[in-house]
Amino acid sequence: MTKLRRNVWQIWQNFYMVIIMLFLYAPIVTMIVLSFNRSKSRNQWGGFTLEWYTQMFASRNITNALYNTLVIAFLSALIATVIGTAASIAINSMKPLPKTIFMGVTNIPMLNADIVTGISLMLAFIAFGISLGFQTVLIAHITFNIPYVILSVMPKLKQTSRFTYEAAMDLGAGPVSAFFRVVFPDILPGVLSGFLLAFTMSLDDFIITHFTRGAGINTLSTLIYSEVRRGIKPSMYALSSVIFVVVLALLLISNFAPKRKQS
Amino acid sequence: MGQSLIDLEHITKSFDGTIVLDDLNLSVKENTFVTLLGPSGCGKTTTLRIIGGFETADAGRVMFEGVDISKLPPNKRQVNTVFQKYALFTHMNIAENIAFGLKIRGKSKSYINDKIKYALKLVGLQGYENRTVDSLSGGQQQRIAIARAIVNEPRVLLLDEPLGALDLKLRQDMQYELIRLKNELGITFIYVTHDQEEALTMSDTIVVMNQGYIQQMGSPEQIYNEPENAFVADFIGDSNIVPGLMIRDELVEIFGARFACVDKGFGENRPVDVVIRPEDVELVAPEQGTLVGRCTHLIFKGVHYEMEVTTPDGFEWLVHSTTLCPVGKEVGIHVDPFNIQIMNKPESEDEEAVGVNE
Amino acid sequence: MSKKMLSWPYALWMTGFILIPLALIFYYGLTDKTGAFTLANVIAITTAEHAKALWLSLALAFVSTVICLLLAYPLAMILRNRGIGQNSFIVFIFILPMWMNFLLRTLAWQTLLEKNGVINAFLSALHLPTQSLINTPGAIVLGMVYNFLPFMVLPIYNVLCKIDDDTINAARDLGANFLQTLVWVWIPLSIPGVISGITMVFVPALTTFVISSLLGGSKILLIGNVIEQEFTKGSNWHLGAGLSLVLMIFILISMAVVARYDKNGEGSGF
Repeated sequence: MTKLRRNVWQIWQNFYMVIIMLFLYAPIVTMIVLSFNRSKSRNQWGGFTLEWYTQMFASRNITNALYNTLVIAFLSALIATVIGTAASIAINSMKPLPKTIFMGVTNIPMLNADIVTGISLMLAFIAFGISLGFQTVLIAHITFNIPYVILSVMPKLKQTSRFTYEAAMDLGAGPVSAFFRVVFPDILPGVLSGFLLAFTMSLDDFIITHFTRGAGINTLSTLIYSEVRRGIKPSMYALSSVIFVVVLALLLISNFAPKRKQS
Repeated sequence: MGQSLIDLEHITKSFDGTIVLDDLNLSVKENTFVTLLGPSGCGKTTTLRIIGGFETADAGRVMFEGVDISKLPPNKRQVNTVFQKYALFTHMNIAENIAFGLKIRGKSKSYINDKIKYALKLVGLQGYENRTVDSLSGGQQQRIAIARAIVNEPRVLLLDEPLGALDLKLRQDMQYELIRLKNELGITFIYVTHDQEEALTMSDTIVVMNQGYIQQMGSPEQIYNEPENAFVADFIGDSNIVPGLMIRDELVEIFGARFACVDKGFGENRPVDVVIRPEDVELVAPEQGTLVGRCTHLIFKGVHYEMEVTTPDGFEWLVHSTTLCPVGKEVGIHVDPFNIQIMNKPESEDEEAVGVNE
Repeated sequence: MSKKMLSWPYALWMTGFILIPLALIFYYGLTDKTGAFTLANVIAITTAEHAKALWLSLALAFVSTVICLLLAYPLAMILRNRGIGQNSFIVFIFILPMWMNFLLRTLAWQTLLEKNGVINAFLSALHLPTQSLINTPGAIVLGMVYNFLPFMVLPIYNVLCKIDDDTINAARDLGANFLQTLVWVWIPLSIPGVISGITMVFVPALTTFVISSLLGGSKILLIGNVIEQEFTKGSNWHLGAGLSLVLMIFILISMAVVARYDKNGEGSGF
């Protein structure tokens, strides 16, 4: 009796998971299929083609946007990691009041709407007389990335015992050397995950880039937005498929490769 | 003691292909304190969880007063559990925790309030109604977990290593508390532990388990004084387990020396295992000893001295005695016939696998 | 001493790119073109057009959040009860779309919903009447649910994983059936995850202009679209900043409501 009921319950659960999975993946699969469709129309199959892929890689716009996206993601993540890690170390040793103030301000870009952050940065760049372009997008990305770094590093710092640092000093290491030999290895996983998080956040951002980019520069997100609004082009499907496969591969590697090594 | 209350019949359970319980049969009488004792991984907790309804046996039946309850979910069983890490509801205060089961049964407000008061008094925590779970110490949380279970007036209380997380002093206090509670409530306790001292102190019946089998079941005295095999002897207290030869009834040969004993029925010239507790080894003058050895180790333990006496065959006898024998001195060993426990040598491979000293 | 200095670059950066920009929003929002103080830009929210956009945004964000919660909670429970580890493949599958570019996810639904899109092609192949799916509030809700669902699943799943099996067993042991266990144990203990899920869905849904412009067409305006257009097309930055202030007030209110509910949930419990 109960065994049967449990089986029925299991089947319902599986059914539910499959439905949600379909909901999540059907649109993506559709795009991938359409990226190989010779016909430009979305409702008929015109035969298999790689034309949209060649068109995509030949397009100056797309390759430029890809280049910008990657460079901005890498630079903004790197700079945010340096500033954010340094700030975390300082904040961790602060008294409660300044600590609260710092963490409060850190939370602003995380809690605020992206659209407001984007607009406020645009107003600031204009007020400061910085012309909108590559540099403003980079600054904007660094700005919203630093909080992610701090939120990844802080928990690790809290776990690190003060005593190991003091023990290193006791054994004759100077403050700087004690930090890099003892504390830094402990917080390194947090620093790395902060960097990765910042990198992906930067890759994914559209709204803040949209307001801070000016006319001359595109990232993949802003390019897709303007192309899509002009009418969908099949080369965007090709681009989506490529991005999906790359993201899938990267996440598979980062999630499952190190685990296998351990076991 | 009355009828049997719970009967486990041919219970078999495996996890991921590893057999945890193999054809286990156990019957528990009403109003007794039964302890399932064994090393970790022996299947004692799984047995308890099968009675509680949190695991389903692969085969076999769980009977409650002669009725098969194997298929009943936990919420329909007349048993309540005290979990290892208390499992209190952290989002509720103490009164709400204790009231949980009663509210589900739709009891009246005044009944519930009376019960909360009664239960808190029983566990010695009057006035704790509005405290949060986090503000309580481990021992206090344990008492609340017990209170939460007993207000439902279960016929059987299952306790899964409830004292495991407490420090030594508190553990000893709680042992007496539990005995008192059991006597006041007059219900059956089934208690799981790996601590032999705990089991000996509290139980009416001890069930010694290892590797999914029941090794021995009996009163604490029986388990301690008459262990049925080497595993039980070694797991319960310290003991000297030596190979012997049963010459005939009431006479056993150990390392060439003949000891009088009281066991019969092992046949003649049969190899056996002999168990002698360290406190039963009497140190006498060399010429009076059945065996003669030399003291090789000595520690003062307060109540007694702990010594090792090595006999010429190389065996190290563990001895607890108030008589001091300095290291290096020759000494005789004598054992009273009543203190010699003869056991059959293990025959099956399963029993052989029963590792001593797990 | 030297440790404090490490915070200086960040302090400078925060001042320059978080605090001053935020101050500028207040400055623009509370002044007119001549620089004189005015509340007109904020009060502009009460005009029929803007009030309608705000109301629609709140309504769609609310509906999307509720749908996300209803879909995500059972899913998170199933994933947790399967005893699936945090890094396992199945959980990974449900979280993966979160890492796909936001615009591509929305583009995907546009492709499905369009007049000549995949769903309508499917319907007409089955000789069923085609539906006008895109450019409706429903399409926007669909896009929001699709985009933000993983943000609801993940925090709830994480908090459910922290609940000890024996806490659930204890409730069952004390006589609670599945529904009672759900209402009195699962849900109260998972409130923190639900709260962070709600904020992670509601705020971006309330302020989006991308989903509405790609799936809602030009006729359906959300408050995000109104603000975006003031900055990129209308060029009345004072009005845009004033409406942003209103938006921020609503974000603060929603967070306060949610935080308050959280406290109530922890206090009264049973």
